[in-house]
Amino acid sequence: MSELLKFHFDVDGTDFTSAGQASVQVKKNLRQLGIPPEIIRRVSIAMYEGEINMVIHAGGGEADVIVTETAIEIRLHDHGPGIKNIDQAMQEGFSTATDTIRTLGFGAGMGLPNMKRYSDDIEIHSELGVGTDIIMRVNLT
Amino acid sequence: MKISKIKELLDAQVICCEENTNEDVFSACGSDMMSDVLAYVKDQAVLLTGLVNSQVVRTAEMMDMRCIVFVRSKMPTAEMIELAREAGIVIMATKKRMYEACGKLYSNGLVGNKVRDV
Ligand SMILES: Nc1ncnc2c1ncn2[C@@H]1O[C@H](COP(=O)(O)OP(=O)(O)O)[C@@H](O)[C@H]1O
Ligand SMILES: [Mg+2]
Repeated sequence: MSELLKFHFDVDGTDFTSAGQASVQVKKNLRQLGIPPEIIRRVSIAMYEGEINMVIHAGGGEADVIVTETAIEIRLHDHGPGIKNIDQAMQEGFSTATDTIRTLGFGAGMGLPNMKRYSDDIEIHSELGVGTDIIMRVNLT
Repeated sequence: MKISKIKELLDAQVICCEENTNEDVFSACGSDMMSDVLAYVKDQAVLLTGLVNSQVVRTAEMMDMRCIVFVRSKMPTAEMIELAREAGIVIMATKKRMYEACGKLYSNGLVGNKVRDV
């Protein structure tokens, strides 16, 4: 799996309005590379949910998107509070989001399930008080 | 259904990308929760919502949607219009409430869709 291209983004945790900018940019970049639209859609939705989570739960973080010949890999990294129980967090409807977040259209507890839905493979590493690392892969072949 | 037909059925005002109202769309969804929208299977082309913030436009863009309808006379901000214009997404606003707007479109042949399996 040799790396062909890598895009790096800093995700600002202070501004909900700008959350998702990195995902919009990734969508543009992948279009220019001639990646099939259905793959682009899956990558950008998975990344968008991850990006929103870093903003609403972790105070921001970093995202890397790596394009290889066989897959597109999204790596998310934050220094937020960490996830206490990953199995529980993966359940549809589980959310610790505040009512304020819910009035903004997120916090339905569908983000992690959506990330799983749209990727072929998801790995979550999280440590309380340290942060969360998520790697998602969407296969190209 | 042509996007222009949606405008007519909902007695809506087109706010941007009027030039794309000739496009055909085949299904729609209505929600104020963006993650619910993101859970739907592909080819959901129209989003009806009462939520007004930039994430509505980004959600539609991530899903490759073609049209956003704001219900209950909600108006998008200048920033949202700019984002929609960049993505070529038609935005319109209707005085109708969510229930009635969805019902009108559904009964005229614009159907819903399933949630994608996990
Ligand atoms: N990056 C993260 N850092 C800390 N906690 C997180 C992170 N991502 C998700 N979580 C936790 O997992 C829960 C479920 O996430 P998700 O399915 O995206 O739902 P939602 O974001 O709507 O709450 C969140 O409510 C939160 O408690
Ligand atoms: Mg989430």
